[in-house]
Amino acid sequence: MSPLHPPRSTAGSLASLPEHSADSPLAVHAMTVAYQRRPVLWDVDFDARPGSLVAIVGPNGAGKSTLIRACLGLVPLAAGRVEFWGRSYRQQRRRIGYVPQRETVDWDFPVSALDVACMGRYGMIGWCRPVTRTHRDAALAALDRVAMADYANRQISQLSGGQQQRVFLARALAQDAELYFMDEPFAGVDAATERAIVEVLRELRSRGRTVVCVHHDLQTVAEYFDDVLLLNMRVVACGPVDAVFTAENLRRTYGGRLTLLDEAGEAVARAARGE
Amino acid sequence: MPATPSTIAGFTAQGATLDELWRTLTLQAGYNAAIVVLGATLLGIAGGVVGSFIVLRKRALLGDALSHAALPGIAGAFIAATLLGAQGRSLAVLLPGAAAGCVAGVLAVQAIVRWTRLRDDAAIAAVLGVFFGAGIVLLSVIQSMPTGDQGGLASFIYGQTAAMNARDATLIGAVALGSIASVAMLFKEFRLACFDREFAAVQGWPVGAIDLAMTALLVVVTVIGLQAVGLLLIVALLIIPSAAARFWTERLRVMLPLSGAIGGLSAYLGACASALLPHAPTGALIVLVAGAIFAISMTLAPSRGVLASIVRLLRLRVRIAVDHALRAAVERADGARAAQPGRALTLVLRMGGHARVSDGRVELTPRGAERARRVVRAHRLWERYLIEYADAAPSHVDLSADAVEHSLSPALVADLEDALRKRGLPAANGPTNSPHPLDSGQQGGAA
Repeated sequence: MSPLHPPRSTAGSLASLPEHSADSPLAVHAMTVAYQRRPVLWDVDFDARPGSLVAIVGPNGAGKSTLIRACLGLVPLAAGRVEFWGRSYRQQRRRIGYVPQRETVDWDFPVSALDVACMGRYGMIGWCRPVTRTHRDAALAALDRVAMADYANRQISQLSGGQQQRVFLARALAQDAELYFMDEPFAGVDAATERAIVEVLRELRSRGRTVVCVHHDLQTVAEYFDDVLLLNMRVVACGPVDAVFTAENLRRTYGGRLTLLDEAGEAVARAARGE
Repeated sequence: MPATPSTIAGFTAQGATLDELWRTLTLQAGYNAAIVVLGATLLGIAGGVVGSFIVLRKRALLGDALSHAALPGIAGAFIAATLLGAQGRSLAVLLPGAAAGCVAGVLAVQAIVRWTRLRDDAAIAAVLGVFFGAGIVLLSVIQSMPTGDQGGLASFIYGQTAAMNARDATLIGAVALGSIASVAMLFKEFRLACFDREFAAVQGWPVGAIDLAMTALLVVVTVIGLQAVGLLLIVALLIIPSAAARFWTERLRVMLPLSGAIGGLSAYLGACASALLPHAPTGALIVLVAGAIFAISMTLAPSRGVLASIVRLLRLRVRIAVDHALRAAVERADGARAAQPGRALTLVLRMGGHARVSDGRVELTPRGAERARRVVRAHRLWERYLIEYADAAPSHVDLSADAVEHSLSPALVADLEDALRKRGLPAANGPTNSPHPLDSGQQGGAA
């Protein structure tokens, strides 16, 4: 039922693997990434189904963020390659949106929520041109989709953490991309923000968009996502949540570190399988 | 280029009268003086505008390294021109030399950061010192040269508008205008690259090139500012106006012109003063004016200023003290009778209409009782919430509840009530029972 790459059994060759399809929005081929001399991702291989919500799950230091950053060209690959609809990132940039972690910017920067949302339109506006009314309206509409239109003119440091996260999401929405990468969008947000983000994710899916999301909360994986990539430097398992998100796979992903989350994960996995 | 200020009306330190001051300020003290003041003003505006991005990019110190690195460039250019038999002291020779020095300095900083484990600050300090030292050595070489006359070069260290003629000033003004126009054109790109480099890179913006353009503008403003402000203090003209402007606004679109205006005003007043006192170091005067504006901004700015912060903090303390007192009163007697709070707190409570004094006892007014009920209710809701939802140890709850009850918004309280009701817990219209008993003997009135 899915063109997703099955859990890896044999060592992947460095050559491109035949099962990657050209209309997959994201195809990662044998990706290896190293910081200094220490590899942090080994031989990662996976495809994202078009129109699916994909969670990347794994323990701290598993390379989840690195995987996203490597896909976006922010971290150099030591080996392998990444294709978007069969082509390079450079060629497809306009169709790809990015929601970075909130901590990556200085929130005391003198801009409003609307200013930030407008940044999602800069690519369409081009060099040296001012932000026109059309683009500002589009950014405002994006803020509205995350219930932040009322805060459009607030300076960003006056927003709560969850509201800041929603502004980042609005910036990506304003770009109207077809594939979104989100780095821990649910980390440390309030309940209202979590609801708003989930709603946006579902709306994106209903419009055929694909979202790849680093996620840390095992309890909500089955509820929020269609597919899951279990990652711990290598791909432990990858596929539809109900097939792959099992206690056994979670234990293989988290090893001894799952202790506290063990039971919760098992319960969730059981619920997901409808037992 | 005359080193004496004969062209600037020949004022002396003692001779400046009010009339002369007025004429200088209104640009009526002669063509040359007017052009010099105008050129310096434009320079100040450019410094404020370009400097804003340096501050926002958190690279203020780089400006310092860069200006110090100009000295060996200037001295080197002078020596080279003199050896080739050209006029070493003309700006056409010195400014390219200065620019070359700046660029070498920036490259040195970047190379150190790129190839070693040293951080920015160490790299900048090292480069700044070494380049400046090299410049000083070269100046002494110039002094020992047969045709050496480094008198004019010293003005590049401390800045001296008196040493400028109309042609220099026109050049400086034109270049300043050009850099302001460049910022206006690249405003959107600069803002994006300063705010979120990674997002900009992901979107396909060449952040390296945008950074380079920003640094190039920084070099340009530094180089044209050397003569008027001097390389020791030019960094202040870049940093202080934008730092001052930041106090007054939360919008980059406002901050940029404001910073330009502060820089321009400082340079204008400094240059005028320098015209009246030809031997005073112009750079220092300009920076002192800018510093005064900064001090005023820091103190008085409405929301980011120091005074405003102090007032906010005091208000919060008073409010917390009042809430504590009210809560103590309700939890003790569940009604109108309070223990004796301290004198200052009593005054605050009475001024707020929350309490009155009768028979030497402090009592809650109906208004005070109403407020007290609200405070207690929010407090206990939060206690319940923490216990029910967050697995917080009950013994810790009281402390954190005290910290948050003052920031609970009415909407959030309503939310909490809903959440509690859904779980079949007592909906809190009146005060609910505190999950831990209060020992009335320990509750002092003055919190």
